[in-house]
This record gives sequence, structure tokens and C-alpha cells, in this order.
Amino acid sequence: MSKLEQTAQKALGWVDDRFPLTSTWKAHVSEYYAPKNFNFWYFFGSLAMLVLVIQIVTGIFLTMNYKPDGNLIPGTNVSTAFMSVEYIMRDVAGGWIIRYMHSTGASMFFVVVYLHMFRGLIYGSYQKPRELIWVFGTLIFLCLMAEAFLGYLLPWGQMSFWGAAVIVNLFSSIPVIGPDLSELIRGDFVVSDVTLNRFFALHVIAVPLVLLALVVAHLVALHEVGSNNPDGVEIKKLKDPKTGIPLDGIPFHPYYTVKDIFGVAVFLVVFSLIVFFLPEMGGYFLEHPNFDPADPLKTPAHIAPVWYFTPFYAILRAVPSFLGTQVWGVLAMGAAVVLIAFLPWLDRSPVKSIRYRSPIFKWVLVAFVTAFIGLGILGALPSTNTRTIVAQILSVVYFAFFLGMPWYSKLGTPKAVPERVTDTNLGRQVRFVALFALTIVLATTFAMVI
Amino acid sequence: MSEQQVDNNKRRFLLVAASGAGAVAVAGIATPFIASFLPSERAKAAGAPVEVDISKLEPGEKINVEWRGKPVWVVKRTPDMVASLAKNTPKLVDPASDGSVQPEYCKNEGRSRKPDIWVAEGVCTHLGCSPTFRPDLAPADLGPEWLGGFYCPCHGSKFDLAGRVFSGVPAPTNLVIPPYKFFGNGDSMLLVGADQ
Amino acid sequence: MKQNMKKWLSVLLLAAAPLVAHASEAGVHLDRAPVNLRDAESLQRGAQTFANYCLSCHGAAAMRYNRLQDLGLTEAQIQANLMFASEKVGEPMRVAMQAADGKAWFGATPPDLSLIARSRGADWLYTYLRTFYRDESRPTGWNNLVFPSVGMPHVLWELQGQQVPVIKTVKNHETGKEEHHISLKLEKPGLLTRVAENGSFDQADYDKRVGDLVNYLVYLGEPAKVKREQIGYAVLLFLLFILVPISYFLKKEYWRDIH
Repeated sequence: MSKLEQTAQKALGWVDDRFPLTSTWKAHVSEYYAPKNFNFWYFFGSLAMLVLVIQIVTGIFLTMNYKPDGNLIPGTNVSTAFMSVEYIMRDVAGGWIIRYMHSTGASMFFVVVYLHMFRGLIYGSYQKPRELIWVFGTLIFLCLMAEAFLGYLLPWGQMSFWGAAVIVNLFSSIPVIGPDLSELIRGDFVVSDVTLNRFFALHVIAVPLVLLALVVAHLVALHEVGSNNPDGVEIKKLKDPKTGIPLDGIPFHPYYTVKDIFGVAVFLVVFSLIVFFLPEMGGYFLEHPNFDPADPLKTPAHIAPVWYFTPFYAILRAVPSFLGTQVWGVLAMGAAVVLIAFLPWLDRSPVKSIRYRSPIFKWVLVAFVTAFIGLGILGALPSTNTRTIVAQILSVVYFAFFLGMPWYSKLGTPKAVPERVTDTNLGRQVRFVALFALTIVLATTFAMVI
Repeated sequence: MSEQQVDNNKRRFLLVAASGAGAVAVAGIATPFIASFLPSERAKAAGAPVEVDISKLEPGEKINVEWRGKPVWVVKRTPDMVASLAKNTPKLVDPASDGSVQPEYCKNEGRSRKPDIWVAEGVCTHLGCSPTFRPDLAPADLGPEWLGGFYCPCHGSKFDLAGRVFSGVPAPTNLVIPPYKFFGNGDSMLLVGADQ
Repeated sequence: MKQNMKKWLSVLLLAAAPLVAHASEAGVHLDRAPVNLRDAESLQRGAQTFANYCLSCHGAAAMRYNRLQDLGLTEAQIQANLMFASEKVGEPMRVAMQAADGKAWFGATPPDLSLIARSRGADWLYTYLRTFYRDESRPTGWNNLVFPSVGMPHVLWELQGQQVPVIKTVKNHETGKEEHHISLKLEKPGLLTRVAENGSFDQADYDKRVGDLVNYLVYLGEPAKVKREQIGYAVLLFLLFILVPISYFLKKEYWRDIH
């Protein structure tokens, strides 16, 4: 041992006597045993973490130059807030990269999180004993939606303003307390500078704090019970009698760290492609009307939420108002999100992974994914009669997936689950991802036709 | 573990290569963030050169100009004032301005482009106070040998009419001379902040 | 070609979501704007047209004059050709007119044009600036095909001349309803239009002038765009040929332990 190493050992020992550094590293990284058969779908957890870091770092730097001031600059019809975004885009060195990373990160967060949730869905990662991981995850998703909604007001463009106006007005449809509630949220009779200031405070500090706490809870709960895997086999059941290490487990570090680094590198290719070549993504990541400064007297011709909200927005629009109130749509939209948290108790299947579930579940899942994507596309388009009917059908499919689960999840005979995890079959992986992509393309084509 | 021998050399090489590539990636990502701390285009525009009309400046008079948020003095020295500079030389810390900040064309006894017009940043080189202009000869508080100059009220630093610091005061160097140039009809205009 | 590739990329990445963004409200077909941000001469001509015709009523408050050095102009050229003497080269392109005056004169404050190409799209602007026509029922005497009842008069009419509408009533075979199709005919040529030998009007020079202007407006919407893409190529090359392969081989090397 060299002198330098000895000194390092001593320093580490000094710290370990006072802080659980080595033991924490071992428990959560170098001796955290993860199943060795993680496949493509298991990249998205670490990628969500990466995007969270990107959002926090870019967000901090944006805050240094952004001004949450919705008042007009004297002699113009542009606000200070709107101009401060352009100031970042033009006058601050490197500002445009930071801003595009943040706006792209917002959308990529949802891409990654939706795929992460889908992974949980197909491999039954929410089932016993991982219910709390799933509930924390749903809460993270809720926080993310809140964060996205609050942040979207900040550029103070036309879509910022009218999107916030419409969503806050949803609350006024709640009987009795509604109108007062939406005034309470806005702090004014319309969305105004007051609203912008409080949304700013919530976006940059309040919600991120909750989000971080939930991410910690999500990971602590995960490491307590251990990761699920594509076979849905509990690796802790079979351990090496001498070492006590699960036979199908491998230490997270170095095996999954190097694997996730590769995943990060590939993700960065996609991310950079968007940041440097397609920051607006054809108007889906940055909507064109949002380049017009907010004008409280002029509504844009077509208001659509950003793409990641459109499935829920379509459900909102699909529900007609009856009994003299339109609160039902709001309730349906809320239920569509909240129901996700109840999956662990809705699913009665004896097996976890889709690999061993009965074919019935596979078809139900195809219907659900098609409905979700279809709703997402419909939510981005102006509504017509045909589209509303289709959206209503798809909404029924969406809810049936959850509410019918206690029944259909028991149907059919599952295949025998093996004792040990199986090797990843690359051909099957490719076929599955291809099928997934095909579903998306078909749903899109269908939505474009109607 | 497989029965294959772990190729430690290959592994080490890949680790070094990956660390190198990672370091390049981190440096690349850090660049825009660090760059964003530099003065922005707006700050640069606000710090743009300032034009001053000096045609009405009287001999012995001082005017203040704001450039980059700092006071810049323009003094039109009388021939007597210019002549007095040489007498201060033995009492100065840096009479030839070797250790002080000024454009090359102002590295002379008068620290100016022309003998009469003198331009300097009115910021004491000690801790950044703005000294007061004291052109009066031998006043009671500054002593009988005072030939006119600048006196910093904060810590008592003294400078002569070329902004050169006297010895025995806290300020270490002469007052800073910004870049400037004359232009216009008969050099009636002064541009502070640029000399091209 | 590049535009096409980008469109394809966005289509692929978003799994073929429909591109509805830039459709014109009036449903008029939009002509393709000749945008090329690497054509410095076109951008310079566009900047000149912008300064001469647009800047008296519209500002571009996010744009500093000295940024026009991107287009290959020197500060002295910018000062001499594009600015009023009283302004400084580091200042933004402000409009002399007060917002309130604009509202009084045109019914609405003329919008700031810094981001107009990003909100409306280049094709819309290119079509809009070429489809003004005479309409005495409007207060300004002008109307527009893609922006009906527009508040802005045809500022470039000296260059284009005067167009008049030709209204054709066509029966829609699907709905059975009668529809009015407006097409435009040049009645009087302007400085940049002329009568061709066969009697038709030749607008190519005017189209070119408007094309340059729109090109400039696209630049104005995001001055860093060319630089953004240049950096993008370097970043992608690094990722694709260095980081991705190295991390792949590193992963493969470690995972030999497992397989």
C-alpha cells in the first residue's frame, strides 16, 4: 500500500467513525444486489434521475436571469417576464443552451417517466411488496405535473397565460367553493402578475423540495425491498448459503453503473438532437403561440396543453356537463391520475410479469396503451363531434383498464414462473419494442384520419 | 464469475478512456453555465463608450462622466498645473507609472494624451472611494507643499494632478486611466472607453 | 433538403404526431418562404428593408443593433445604414412610436417583431406580405388574404403595386354549399413588379425582396440558430463517435463477468 493510499484509508476511517459513508455506499451502491436480467425498460429510472438533475441545475441558472414580472414595460405591450426570457436567449452568454436544456428537459422528463411507468405496468413492479414504491412514484408523477404546469406560466407568453387561465378556471366548476377557490389560487380576479409571482415561488422552491423528498422515499423504499425484474421473480428467495447474496443478484456497482452510463450516453444523443436541432419539436415542446407575449384581451385561436398533458385534457373534454355543472370532467381527469396509485390493490393476478400472465392481460394492455396514446393525440387537436365520440370511447377504455382489473386480472391461466431469472432474449426485446412503436404509429394514423 | 480471465489491462484502458470522455463531456456541459456568469450583452451595451463634449470645459475645471457605472473625471489643467507635476516627482510612489494601470499612450509624466486634458477613473486604488478634487494651493489641511491634486476622504490617500499617488498613504498605485480618444471638430469631443 | 430531414426527424421522434402548428387561420394555402440563414447577403438586404419599412411602427426590442454583426456587417455600417443618428449601436431596435399612438392609429398596438417568425412561421409571413389587396371597405384601404381585416396597411405597396381581388364562386361538391374563392390580380405594377411580354405581371423581384425580409425575420426570431446547429454537430459527433462507443465497450467488458 502506498503512502497516499494509507492516508486516504485513514481519512475515510475518520469520516466513517462519524458518518455512515462507506456503509451507505455499500448498502445502496456497491453491495446493493439487483437482478442480473434487467433489460431495455430498466434504463428509464436512472434516466429520470439524470433529467431531474438537468432540470434543477438549468433551473438554478435560469433563475439568475429570469424576472417573474408580468407588468408591461412602459411604452410597449411586452412584459418584463417575457423579455427576460428573450434576454436569456440572446444577451446572456450560453443562455440559449441553458434555456433549451430546461424546456427540452421538461418534455423529456415526461417521456422518460411515462416509459418508466409503463415498465412498472408490464412487469408488475407495483405488486406486493412494492406498493409503497409505486405510491411514491405516483406522487412524484403528480408533483411533476404540478411542476410542469406552474413552470409553463413563467415565460408569460400567450399559451402560458391562457393555459393557466383555463386550468385555474377548472377549479371554479367545483360546486359551492369553486369560484372562491380559483380566486385563491390566482390571488386576483384574472391570472395576473400576482399569480405569476406565486407560481414562480412554487415552481422554483416549494414543489422541487417535495419532489426531492419523494424521490428519496421512492429509492429508500426500493432498496428496502429490492428491485423487481422482467421475470417478476423475487431474487431474495434464493441466496448463496455461504455469502447470503442472492444467486441472481449482481452488485449495482460496477455492473449497473456502467450499464446506466451507456444508457445516459445514448439518451444524451437524443437529448442533444432536440436541444440543438429541434428545440421547438414542431411546436410540441415549445408551442408557437407562446412566442407571442401574453395578452389578457386576446385568446389564441386554438389552445392545447403541452403534449404530456393531452391524454388527461382529452378525458376532461370528453365528459359532458350534466346536472347543471361541468365538474364531472374535472373529476374524471383527477380520477384518471389518482387511479394509477391504486394499481397495487386493483391487480389480483398471481404473477407479476407480462411474460407469464395470461394472454387476456396482454390484449387489455394493448387496448389501454392505444387508448392512452389516442387520447394524447386527440387532446392536442381541436375537438369535433367525431373526435369527441372517439375520445369518449377511449376514456371508457382507460377507466375500464383500472376499474375492471380486479376482475380480468384473475381470468385465464398464467404460465409457470421459473425459479430463477431467465436471460434477456434480444430478439424478443426488439420485437416487443417494435410492437410498442407500431401501436403508437397506428394510433397516430387513426387519430389523424378522424 | 465466468472462468475467463478478467483482462485487467483492457478494463483499465476502458476506464481511463471513459473517464477522459466523461471529463470532456462535463467540461463541455459546464461551459455555457460558466459563460452565463460573464457580463451579458446588455451589461456590455450599458458599459459602451461614452461621448463627452469638452469644448466648454474651462481651464482648471473638472467634470464627472459616468462610464460602466464608475465616475470618470475630465480635468482641463492650466499650464501652471502641468508645470507643477515635475515638482512632485520625488514624493511619489510610482512617478513613471510602471506599476499602474493606464493605456500605453498615457504612460508619461502627465498621464494623458494631451498636456492639458486629463482623464482618469475617479476611484481610489485603495478601497474604491471616490477622492475629492483639491486644486487649491497649500490649503491648511493638506500642508504648505500641496500643489493641487486629489484627496481621498476615506483613508487619506493623496494623488497629484496626474493621478499619481504620494508615498506614505494607503493607496498602492496611481489612479487608473481608462482608454479614451479625441474626435470631432478641433478635438472638441472626447470618447471615454474606447481608443480605436 | 435539410428542412425536409428535420421535419422527418421531428416526425420520427414524436412518432408521427400531426404537424398542425402553422396552418393559417383563414385556411389559405401558404407559399414556402425561401429561408436560408447562411445567406448573409440576403439577410443584409432583409435587414435594410426591415429598417426602412418595418421599424417605424414595429420594434424588435429583444434585438440589439450591434448583434447584426452576425450578418457580416461592421458596427460602422450598421450605424450608417440601419440606424437613426441618435441611437447607440448597443441599443435594442426600439420603435419611435408610442404604443398608445399605435393603438389610436391602427386600432391595435403594432406587435413587436422580435419573435414574429417563431409565433407565425416563415411561410405565413412570406404569404402575408405578398397578399395585400385593395379593399375600400377597410379603414386603411387594404385587406389581406391570410390575415382578414388586418389593421396594418400595405406598407410595401410602392414596391409591389396594387392587387385587386378576383372572387370566384365555386360549388363545393362535398357539402353542396357555395364557396367564395379569392385570388389576387396585380392591377398596377410597382417599383419591383412589371408587365411581362405576354401581358401577365412579373412579381419575381418583389417576391425576392419579401423573401429576404422574411429570411431576416427568421434570423431575428433566434439569432443564435446557426451557431446552435454548428455546436450541435460537434456535440453529436463527440457523443456518437466517442462517448457512446467507449461506454458501450466498458459495459461489455464488465458484463463479461456475468455472462
